[in-house]
Amino acid sequence: MAGNFSRWLSQNRGFATALFLFLALYVGYHIAYEIRFAKGFSSAVLIQNSNEMVAIGFVAMAQAVVVLSGGLDLSVGAIMTLTSCVASSLLTGSPLQILFGIVVTLATGTLFGLMNGLIVVYGRIQPIIATLATGAIALGIALLIRPKPGGTVDFDVTWSLTNSVWDFVDTYFNADNFDASTWWFIASIPVPFILLFGIALGVWIPFKRSITGRTIYAIGSAEGAAFMSGLPINRAKIAAFTMGGFFAACAGLFLTIQTGSGNADIPQAGSYTLLSIAAVVIGGTSLMGGVGGAIGALVGALILRVISFYFRILSIDPLLQPLIEGIVLLAAVSFGAVRALRVKNKLDLFR
Amino acid sequence: MPGPIVEYRGVSKFFAGIRALEDVDFACHSGSTHAILGENGAGKSTLIKIMAGVLRPDTGSIFLDGAPVSFATPSAANETGIVCMFQELSLIPDLTVADNISISKPPKRFGMIDQNAQFRRAEELLARVRCEDVDPRAMVRDLSLSRRQMVEIAKALGRDPKVLILDEATSALTSKDVQTVYDLLAELKTSGVCSLFISHRMHEVEALCDTLSVFRNGRHIETFQKGTKSDADIVRLMIGRDVEAKFPPKPDVVTKGEQILKVENLTWENRLKGINIKLAKGEILGLGGLDGQGQKELLLALFGVLKGVSGTVRIGDGGLPSGPYAAKTGKTKIALVPEDRKTEGLMLTMPIADNLVAANFEQITRGPIIDAKRADEAVRQAIAKLQIKIGSPSDAVNTLSGGNQQKVVIAKWLAIAPDIILLNDPTRGIDVGTKQEIFKLMRELAAEGKAILFYSSDYAELIGCSDRVSVLYDGKVVRELTGADITEENIVSAALNISERAA
Repeated sequence: MAGNFSRWLSQNRGFATALFLFLALYVGYHIAYEIRFAKGFSSAVLIQNSNEMVAIGFVAMAQAVVVLSGGLDLSVGAIMTLTSCVASSLLTGSPLQILFGIVVTLATGTLFGLMNGLIVVYGRIQPIIATLATGAIALGIALLIRPKPGGTVDFDVTWSLTNSVWDFVDTYFNADNFDASTWWFIASIPVPFILLFGIALGVWIPFKRSITGRTIYAIGSAEGAAFMSGLPINRAKIAAFTMGGFFAACAGLFLTIQTGSGNADIPQAGSYTLLSIAAVVIGGTSLMGGVGGAIGALVGALILRVISFYFRILSIDPLLQPLIEGIVLLAAVSFGAVRALRVKNKLDLFR
Repeated sequence: MPGPIVEYRGVSKFFAGIRALEDVDFACHSGSTHAILGENGAGKSTLIKIMAGVLRPDTGSIFLDGAPVSFATPSAANETGIVCMFQELSLIPDLTVADNISISKPPKRFGMIDQNAQFRRAEELLARVRCEDVDPRAMVRDLSLSRRQMVEIAKALGRDPKVLILDEATSALTSKDVQTVYDLLAELKTSGVCSLFISHRMHEVEALCDTLSVFRNGRHIETFQKGTKSDADIVRLMIGRDVEAKFPPKPDVVTKGEQILKVENLTWENRLKGINIKLAKGEILGLGGLDGQGQKELLLALFGVLKGVSGTVRIGDGGLPSGPYAAKTGKTKIALVPEDRKTEGLMLTMPIADNLVAANFEQITRGPIIDAKRADEAVRQAIAKLQIKIGSPSDAVNTLSGGNQQKVVIAKWLAIAPDIILLNDPTRGIDVGTKQEIFKLMRELAAEGKAILFYSSDYAELIGCSDRVSVLYDGKVVRELTGADITEENIVSAALNISERAA
């Protein structure tokens, strides 16, 4: 068993490092919170924090799938914004109508990702350029849908999905038999966490173990060998972008549920895209592709968020935030560069 | 006799107007081990790439079990039972051994890849190739080259081949592995598999194959049963001309200058295990041996590319350079014509002119600015000196033929006026005419007092060009041959590390 763990560690060094970094930062954040605020760390704070982690987490996973295949998707933030604007007009009415709205929102992002994949594969256009263009298109459509911020979202939906499990049960079921003090360990879990990790694990783990998922890794690792092994390369690339679109739509959907409105916020789309790339790298995924995973990127996103929580509780000047985030990113990617020191044949560095 | 399992009728393939295969008729049968022989560029790899679905023929047709077929992709070929084992190209470094072995048709459970079944399958197949020491959960990137090749063989076996193509499949194997592969091929033969075997090692062909086909210049010359022709006949069929005439005459007495390079006990990782060589001005020292015995690493080490090298190296008055820049600008200048000109020798999409001056900016700049007039002059001289056939110096270098590309690499390095020239298989994949020009140039450079260290995978070149030959085996010089002792028999016996008497 010890052998298996050490093997896992040596084969997933980037992910393990990210996980450790996240836990250390999070524990530190808790302690700092307890010291600084007399009220201490409450479940309300946890819920607020969890809400802030969802959109960036999904966008990071969207980016990770494409990066694993050796590409880069500059449209993930834009797809999030587009789907958020779509959702802002559809999440009202009867439960069935709301469900329909959710399906349409997710389908919009998924189809947009599918389109990206088709353009890259059959148009033979490099992913960066293709998604730069389609990202602008997504923002254009978002602006047409929501020239001004607004929209209506069913209040129950917003309330129940952005609070604790108890609140969720209380909203939609009879909470009389669900005593928060007996069931405290479930009742106080924030619903956003369940959504984020549930979708992340439920979609990613089976996908990684499918032939298409494995082909995505193979393409990023050695596309020539993947081709020579007779793997479905085109299908896998299209699937990577499609899955990216789906995860980005999850982000957009949640953003709208969280804020109760839609906003074609172009700077926000851009910054989410850039943060997603940072999260992917911090989470141990190689930008060359083939190594890493979406769960790593999710952890990378959580790290970026926790860093921003520090700014808040330590009352650091927000103007310093980009500077410090940059330093953290640089430090995180330096772990990967250590490899260069061990290479014995300098020529291997360029292969 | 039943009909052939695979048959080519009138197959031709051209690349940018250059013939790779022309009007080839070829057939191979079930239950046979069939060797494909030929020099570099004879069309062997085009032949198998067409069979494996990597390339499509321009004309002609291919029949499988008598029915015409056309493979769009490698997977289409795989599905009909044609499995090709490439040198190491088809393994994915970032996946585990088990993942790789089952990559195209993994065992599934509930629609997902079944890791446990996949693991067991890998264990079984690895046991079949007697590689129980390979952990199916290890990453392929962490394996040595010889283990990777065995994994590749296990992967090919797992596809239940009807036709198994082995392209230089034994080049990196240990002798134990080679024996395993021999046994395996014998087993496959009795079970009715057709194995196509491509190797440059005659003794392997002798030991394994029952049928031999010789290719030359894209044409199928002859197919015959083993034992019906002598080795000399086969070699004559392969080269199709007299071997002797293509090398410039060696000077009767080698007028050696002062010693410029002395290497003692050079070691690096587990690839170089105590190399000793000496080289004087005006001398051409050949490096012999089978592929992968440390020749390439030795050249890289002398050029300062390897880290963690130990041993004593004297180059002129100094020691080992710290990197390529130091090597080319030191007091004793070193040039290296690298193994792969497409990735290490040239910037393929840049103009010929820019490539020609790429190693020599010091002499064509004024301050930080490249002086256009001097650059043009340097380019003109380089093109004239090597008689490079080009349209315009501003064309991209990838518009040239292989031979002229290699001339560009050599000209680039001659521009720095090197004292020591390291040549890593400089004639690989280029036409005969250019080869002869390169041999002539080497002689001229030696006469000017340059010291040349020359690795070639072709023994004939070593014999024809070198004043001395050091034969490497397993990271060590096992034999040094001089003058009349430089014969094919001596080089081959040393390369196989057989003592002189036994050979």
